[in-house]
Amino acid sequence: MAQTDITSSERDGMGPHGTKVGLLRVLGPAHVWALGVGIVLVGEYMGWNFAVGKGGAYAALMACWFAGILYSCVAMIDSEVTSTVAAAGGQYTQAKHIVGPLMAFNVGLYLVFAYTMLEAANAITAGYLVSVVATMTGYGGALDQRPFIILVIMFLAWLNYRGVLATLTFNLVITAIAFTAIIVLFLSTSGIIGDGIMQHAALFEGHEKPYGWIGVVAAMHFGLWFYLGIEGTTQAAEEVRSPARALPFGTLAGIMTLLIAATLTWYICSGVLPWEFLGDGVNGSVAPLFDTARLSGSNALIWFLGIGTLFATLASANGCINDASRAWFALGRDKYLPAWFGAVHPQYRTPYRSIVFLVPIALIFALGAPLDQVITFSILSGLLGYTFMPLNILMFRKKWPMGTIKRGYEHPFHPVPAIVLLCLCAFTFFAVFLGYGTQLVAMIGFYIIVSLWFHFWRYRFVNRGAQFTMPWPKPQGY
Amino acid sequence: METWNYIEYAAWGLSALFGLLMVMDWIKTDSTYSEEVLTSSREGELEAMTEDSHKG
Repeated sequence: MAQTDITSSERDGMGPHGTKVGLLRVLGPAHVWALGVGIVLVGEYMGWNFAVGKGGAYAALMACWFAGILYSCVAMIDSEVTSTVAAAGGQYTQAKHIVGPLMAFNVGLYLVFAYTMLEAANAITAGYLVSVVATMTGYGGALDQRPFIILVIMFLAWLNYRGVLATLTFNLVITAIAFTAIIVLFLSTSGIIGDGIMQHAALFEGHEKPYGWIGVVAAMHFGLWFYLGIEGTTQAAEEVRSPARALPFGTLAGIMTLLIAATLTWYICSGVLPWEFLGDGVNGSVAPLFDTARLSGSNALIWFLGIGTLFATLASANGCINDASRAWFALGRDKYLPAWFGAVHPQYRTPYRSIVFLVPIALIFALGAPLDQVITFSILSGLLGYTFMPLNILMFRKKWPMGTIKRGYEHPFHPVPAIVLLCLCAFTFFAVFLGYGTQLVAMIGFYIIVSLWFHFWRYRFVNRGAQFTMPWPKPQGY
Repeated sequence: METWNYIEYAAWGLSALFGLLMVMDWIKTDSTYSEEVLTSSREGELEAMTEDSHKG
C-alpha cells in the first residue's frame, strides 16, 4: 500500500472526505499499552479476591488462568480486526462493518456502559482510599468521601478534554509505577530479596476447595476482574500514528503484562492472607496487595503499595473516560445518536462534547449506586461485548478471507480462539447467573428495549451509505 | 478545624474549578466555530488518504 505521512502538518488528521477538524494522530504503542493495562490493573489491586470467597484460593487461581485464556483470545482477535478497522469506536466500528447496524448500536452501548460504570466504580474506590489515608494519619472524624469522588471524575475529564497525548502519557507513568509496585512486593515477600513471608502450604491445608467444584465455577465471575478492559486499546485506533503496528503491539504486550501481574498477585496474596479474610472484599481484605504490604512490616512497601493502589485506580478511571467518550463520539458521528456528539475540539482535537456529556452520568452512578451493583453492570456489559467478538471474527474471516485485504496482524490457529472464547463466555454467563441472575436478566431486557427503539425509530436518521468507510472489496458471497 | 476538613474544602473547590474550566471552554468553542466545522470529522480519513495517494 502507498505510504501517506499522516503526521505532516499539511494533512494531519484531515482528509479528502471533508474533515476540517479530526482526532489527532499522536499516540504510539506505549500509549496503547498504557490505555489497556491502565484500565485493568486496578483489578489486581482489588476486586479479584471475591473469587477466593466464592471457591477458595485454588478456585481463584483456576479462574485467573481460565479468564487469562479468555482474554488472550480477546486480545488476539481484537488485534487482527482493529488493525484493519482502525477507527474510533473500536468494536462498535468493527461490528458496523462486519455484522450490521443493529449489532453495532448494541456493541457501542455495551462499551459506553462498561466503561462509564467502571469509571464510577473507580471514583468510589478512590474516595474510599482517601478516607483510609485520613484514618491512618490519625483523623478521628468521618471523612466526607464525596468531594474526592467528584474531584477524580472532574480532574480526569478535564485532562481528557485537553488532549489525548497528555492524558495517555499520564496513564503510562502511573500505570508503570503501579505495575512496578507489584513486582517489588513479589521480590520482597517471596524470599528473593530478604526473608520470605509466604505460607502457602500452611494456609491451604484443609481449604483446597471449600465449596467443591461449584465454588470453582462461581469464582469464574470474578476471575474476569484480573483482565476486564484490555479490549479498550482499540478505542485509540484513530489516534495512533501507525494503527497496523501500534494496536497489535500495544494490545498483545498489555495482555502479557496482565498475565504476569495476575499470577504474581494471586501468588503473593494467597501466600500471606488466610482465604477467609482474603475472600471477603467488604469486611475483610478490601485491597489485598496493600494488606500484604502491611503484613510485611516494611513502611516503604506500605507506602509504595498504597501509592500503587491509588495510581491503578486513577489510571483505570482515566482510561475509561477516554474509551467511553470515543465510543459515544463514534455513535454520534454516524448519527446512531444525535450528530451533535460527533464534534471534535478544534484546538485540543478531542471529542469534547462526548467527554463533558458523560461526566454527570458517571457522577450519578458514583454518588447514587452501590459499588457491587455498579461493578456487576460493568462486567455484564463487558461480557456481552466478549460474546460478540468470536462471532465477529468468524464473519470477518468468512467475508474477507486471508489475502483479500491487508491486515496489520493475523491471529494464529483460527477458528480455535473464537470457539474457545465463545465456550468460555457461555461458561461465565452461567457463573454470573448463579450470583447475579436478576441483574443479568434486567440488563438483557434493557438492551432488547433499546434495540427496538433503534430499529423502529433511530435508524431512519442514519446516513446509511456514508457509514461504511473502509476501502475493502465486496465481501465474499455478496 | 482539622487539616482533613481543609482538604475536603479544597477538593470541593478544585472539582468546581475543573468543571467550570470545561464548561467555559465548551461555550467559547461552540460560539466561535460553526457546527459544520466542529462536526466535520469523518471516519476512515486515513484509509481514504492512503487510497488517494495510491491512485495519485
